[in-house]
This record gives sequence, structure tokens and C-alpha cells, in this order.
Amino acid sequence: MNLRRVSAISRKEFIQIIRDPRSLALAIVIPMILIVLFGFALSLDIDNIPLAIWDRDNTRASVDFLLNFKNSKYFQIIGYYDNYRDLQRLIDSGKAMMAMVIEKDFSQDLLSGRPAPVQLILDGSDSNTATIALGYANAVVTQYNTNIILNIMKKYTKENPTPVNLQSRIWFNPDFQSKLFIVPGLIAVIIMIISSLLTSLTVAREWERGTMEQLISTPVRRAELLLGKFLPYFAIGFFDLIMSVLLGVFAFGVPMRGSVILLLILSSVFLTGALTQGMLISIVTKNQRTASQLAILSSFLPTFLLSGFTYEIFNMPKVVQALTFLIPARYYIIILRGIYLKAVGLDVLWRPSLLLCIFAFIIVSVAIRKFKKKIA
Amino acid sequence: MTSIKAVSLTRKFDNITAVDDLSFEVPEGEIFGLVGPDGAGKTTTMRLLTGILEPTSGEGWVYGKHIVKESESLKDNIGYMSQRFGLYEDLTVMENVNFYADIYCVSGNERSDRIEKLLGFSGLTPFKGRLAGKLSGGMKQKLGLACALIHTPKVLFLDEPTNGVDPVSRRDFWKILYNLLKEKVTIFYATSYLDEAERCKRVGLIHKGKMLRCDVPDKIKEEFKAKTLEEAFIKIINEWESHAGK
Ligand SMILES: Nc1ncnc2c1ncn2[C@@H]1O[C@H](COP(=O)(O)OP(=O)(O)OP(=O)(O)O)[C@@H](O)[C@H]1O
Ligand SMILES: [Mg+2]
Repeated sequence: MNLRRVSAISRKEFIQIIRDPRSLALAIVIPMILIVLFGFALSLDIDNIPLAIWDRDNTRASVDFLLNFKNSKYFQIIGYYDNYRDLQRLIDSGKAMMAMVIEKDFSQDLLSGRPAPVQLILDGSDSNTATIALGYANAVVTQYNTNIILNIMKKYTKENPTPVNLQSRIWFNPDFQSKLFIVPGLIAVIIMIISSLLTSLTVAREWERGTMEQLISTPVRRAELLLGKFLPYFAIGFFDLIMSVLLGVFAFGVPMRGSVILLLILSSVFLTGALTQGMLISIVTKNQRTASQLAILSSFLPTFLLSGFTYEIFNMPKVVQALTFLIPARYYIIILRGIYLKAVGLDVLWRPSLLLCIFAFIIVSVAIRKFKKKIA
Repeated sequence: MTSIKAVSLTRKFDNITAVDDLSFEVPEGEIFGLVGPDGAGKTTTMRLLTGILEPTSGEGWVYGKHIVKESESLKDNIGYMSQRFGLYEDLTVMENVNFYADIYCVSGNERSDRIEKLLGFSGLTPFKGRLAGKLSGGMKQKLGLACALIHTPKVLFLDEPTNGVDPVSRRDFWKILYNLLKEKVTIFYATSYLDEAERCKRVGLIHKGKMLRCDVPDKIKEEFKAKTLEEAFIKIINEWESHAGK
């Protein structure tokens, strides 16, 4: 390995990148835009659900009941109305997601121990959001009911009744904020796609332009050539990675709890695999158009669908689950979420880390073997 | 000493034989012209001898190195200019030259002297900072030659280097070649121009992958009682075609 040749190739490649505005945009601007765009679009948190009220009872009891919704951060009462037409209009126009009608006899029924009916009208067009909203409403009502029962029991017993109290503590992401979960996965997906797309052109471009024929007639070694081409893209990928992590912290407020050094080291391993995958495609196809299409296809689809980013792996059919073992992003997402949210180290993450190294090693070996200093 | 030697060199692509059983020798310090019409197999022969394409059968040596078994160490001794412009159009003249100087590990005083000299006699010194893609056709070819010569090779392979180059630049180009011959550099020159073939010490006429004749230009003309090589070659090809047709 002659470092002078490696640096000559790196320098040449770097000059070519900075003189080509398109590749520069692809390398720097697009990943940032993607992170921001997807970061906001995929954040599934639901709060401030717009709620319209028709209180037909209008007694102390009903106002008391509604206070529970008013004080919940998940609901936002947008107004009080006195007919179904208004409620329907609000839901149709999307101004309200939920409408609640408290029947005339609410407080009467409550006092006499009959079930007190409350009508809930829900916009179910986004079934996912509707389910979550319904869950929140149920939680508020259950809480209200428990308090009533406790108060009644207090009247009859001297002791303080103690109902079963399910104390659930949610670790790592106590507020269930989806962005905390999504942003690390998003970084993995975007780094994977951009990296393999960037390098997918580098070898094919030289074959297409005829510069490869000149280059392979020199004593340059295969490994020197590939390493020289790899390094500038590694620098760019690393820059993208750091920008993504910073964006995660500052734009999305995702805390970086674990070791930054460990994150960077393991990210480098992932980056190496992703960049070399693009280069391997470039080596095999020798054609820029085919290479870039193949690079997007082979990085985007498996990473998006099978890495655990969009779909939970334990929900997949067994055959598909087996397939996910071949997706490096799967391991990288585990690592990212682990370091980001749980601040765990190699003692916990050694398995995905090792698999990531093995993947990188295999793909680098295959790329070097597949690259031939021959025309045909 | 024999600089280039080919023994029954053959290369097939799928169903066509691009190079068919070529055998010849080129002594050190000679300029050898490989002449033939389009598609004759000139480029394929070049690629076989420079170690960037493997023969289907047959063998070859360049400056003592086997073209298959020692194809990598062979490349230390050769300079190659491909038929298509092989340098980086988005790099400047100087960046291209420096790149190839690094690739061949030319260093120290030798490096700057060599670069100055090559750019000097190819007339490229005033264009050091110009992008290679913005050079004229003739300038591009001279830059290609300068890069192929940066490491002082023993054998130089040129594939139709003056195609599309104006007569004045062509004369400059040949001046450089004659100077190289004085330094005992062997030149293997592929061309489809017969006036250029005339300037070579010996020529090989290649047609449909076969070497039809290989000799000194004057001898070939004498044998076919032709005034020019062109006339002689037309006769040779016609004779071969009628022979092959039977
Ligand atoms: N990589 C390849 N794959 C398939 N066929 C090829 C390949 N390279 C060359 N050929 C074929 O081999 C024959 C000889 O081609 P070659 O390029 O060696 O000719 P040439 O004498 O250099 O012609 P030209 O003057 O047009 O450059 C042609 O028929 C060509 O189509
Ligand atoms: Mg040719």
C-alpha cells in the first residue's frame, strides 16, 4: 500500500466532487433536508386534540367532569356549542377531531347511581390517530370514575381504601415522544441511502468517461485505488453524520445520552459498509445510471422496510424476520437507539457491533476482489 | 534486445475474433507501426500488450515481463495513451500531470525537472491552469503524451494519438517521438493514417484481426511495386480477401 498514490487519488476525487455542484448538493444538502423533512413528518406524537363540547346538562357535576379534559394536555377544548349541526360542521371541516355531548340527565343519573351517558363523536378517517385519541379519552374517563368510586367508599368505611395502583414507569422515553425513537432510525436510513448513492457513481464514471483505461495501465494497486476513492466520501459521510446528530439534538431535542466516541466509532463502521456497498455496485455495473438506480433500490427498500425503522421486527413473519439479519441498518439502529436513548455501552451492544464489523469486512473484501484492472 | 514479443496472440469476444494469432517482435528503440482499417483489432492488440486485457490464447512479453503472469510489474515500464482521451477533463493540465506523477511515484528534483521539460516541449506551459476539457484536440493529445511519459517509460504504446489533430500539431507530436527514439524508447504506434505508417521503422498491416504483412515500409512498397504504402496495402488486402473467399 503506497500512501502517496492513495492520497493522489483521494485528492483527485475530492477536486472532482467540489467542482461538480450536483454531487456536492447530493453529499451535503440533501441529507440535511431529508432529516428535517422526515423528522417532522414522521413525528407521530398526538396532543392538543381539538375537542368540541355540547354540555346539555350544565351542572356542577358536568363542569367538574369536563375539567378533567380541560386540564389534560392531550386535549384542547375549542369551544362550547348547543346543537349537533355545529359539531358536525366542525368535525367535517377538520377543526375538531372529537366532539363530546353530555346528556341532559348527566348529574341526575350520577347521583342516583345509574350509568351517566356521555356521547363521544370521533373523526375516524385517520384510524391510527383516532385510536390513540380514543385511548386518551378513555384514560381521562376512567380516572374520573375511579375518583367517584373512591369517594363513595370513603363514606362507608373509616379506613382509606387502597385500590390497586398500577405504577407504570416508562424508561428512556418517558413521554412516549416518537421523535426520540424516529430520529436515530432516520439517521441510519439516510446515511445508508446517501452513502451508497454517493459512491455508486465513482467507479462507473471512470469507466464511462474512459479515464479508467488510462488508470489501469499504471502500476497503481487495486486496494490503493479503492481506498483513495473511499476516503473523500468517508469524510463527507462523516460530516453528514455529525450534522444529523447535531440536527437531532438541536432541531428535534433528541438528547444524546451515551458516549459520543462510541457512537462515532460504530458509525464509521456502518459508514464504511454503506459506502463500500455503493462502490461495489459501481464496480460491477460499470454504468452510472444502472449503478445509481441499483444503489437506491438496494439501500432504500431493505433499510426502510426491514431494519426495524418503519415496522417492528417482532411483528414480521418469521421468514421476513430471518431476512432482517442481513440488513446492516438493523444493527446500526439498535446501536443508535441504545447509545442515544439508553446510554448503554459495548457491554450491551457488542452483538450488533460485531455483526456490523463483519458486514463491513465482507463487503470490503468482495469489492476489492470484484474490482479488476482489466477492460473485459 | 527484444522489447515487445507476441506469440500467437489471440483474443475472442463472444463470436468474433478481434485479434487472431498475432506473432511479431519489436526490438528496443524501434518505432513499430500497427496499421489497419477501423475494427481491424489495433486497440485490442494494444490492450493485450499493456496487460489490461487477457488474451484468449497465446503469449506476449513487454520489456521482459509476461503480459498475463506479470501484468502488474509490466506496467512500471510502459506508458500508454488510449485511443479515447483518458485524462480528467474536470482537472487542470497541472493537476492531471501531478496526479500521474504521484501515481508513478516520481519524486524529488527529477519530478519538477521532468514536468517542466514535458510541458515545455509539448507547448503546454502557458495552459498549466486550464481545465483539460477546455483544451483543443491537439493540446489534449499532447497532454496525454506528457502524462504517459512522466515516469520515463521504456516502452510507449500510442493508440491513434493524432486522430483529429491538425497538421501543425501533428508535426510537433512527431518531433517529440523522434526525440524519444534517441533515448532508446520503444514506440508501438497504432494508426489508420498511412503517411504516419510511412514514418515508422517497420509496420504491421492488420486486417480482421490477422497480421497480413510485417516489414520495413520500403520493402513492402518494392514487393508490390507500389509508389505508396496505401497502394501496397490495398493490393495486400484485396489479394487476401479473394484468397479467403475461396
Ligand atoms: N470489449 C469488447 N467487446 C466486444 N467486442 C469488442 C470489444 N472490443 C473490441 N471489440 C470488437 O473487436 C473488433 C476489433 O476492435 P478494435 O477496437 O481492436 O479495432 P481497432 O482496430 O482499434 O478499430 P478502430 O480503428 O475503430 O479503433 C471490433 O469488431 C470490435 O467491435
Ligand atoms: Mg482502436
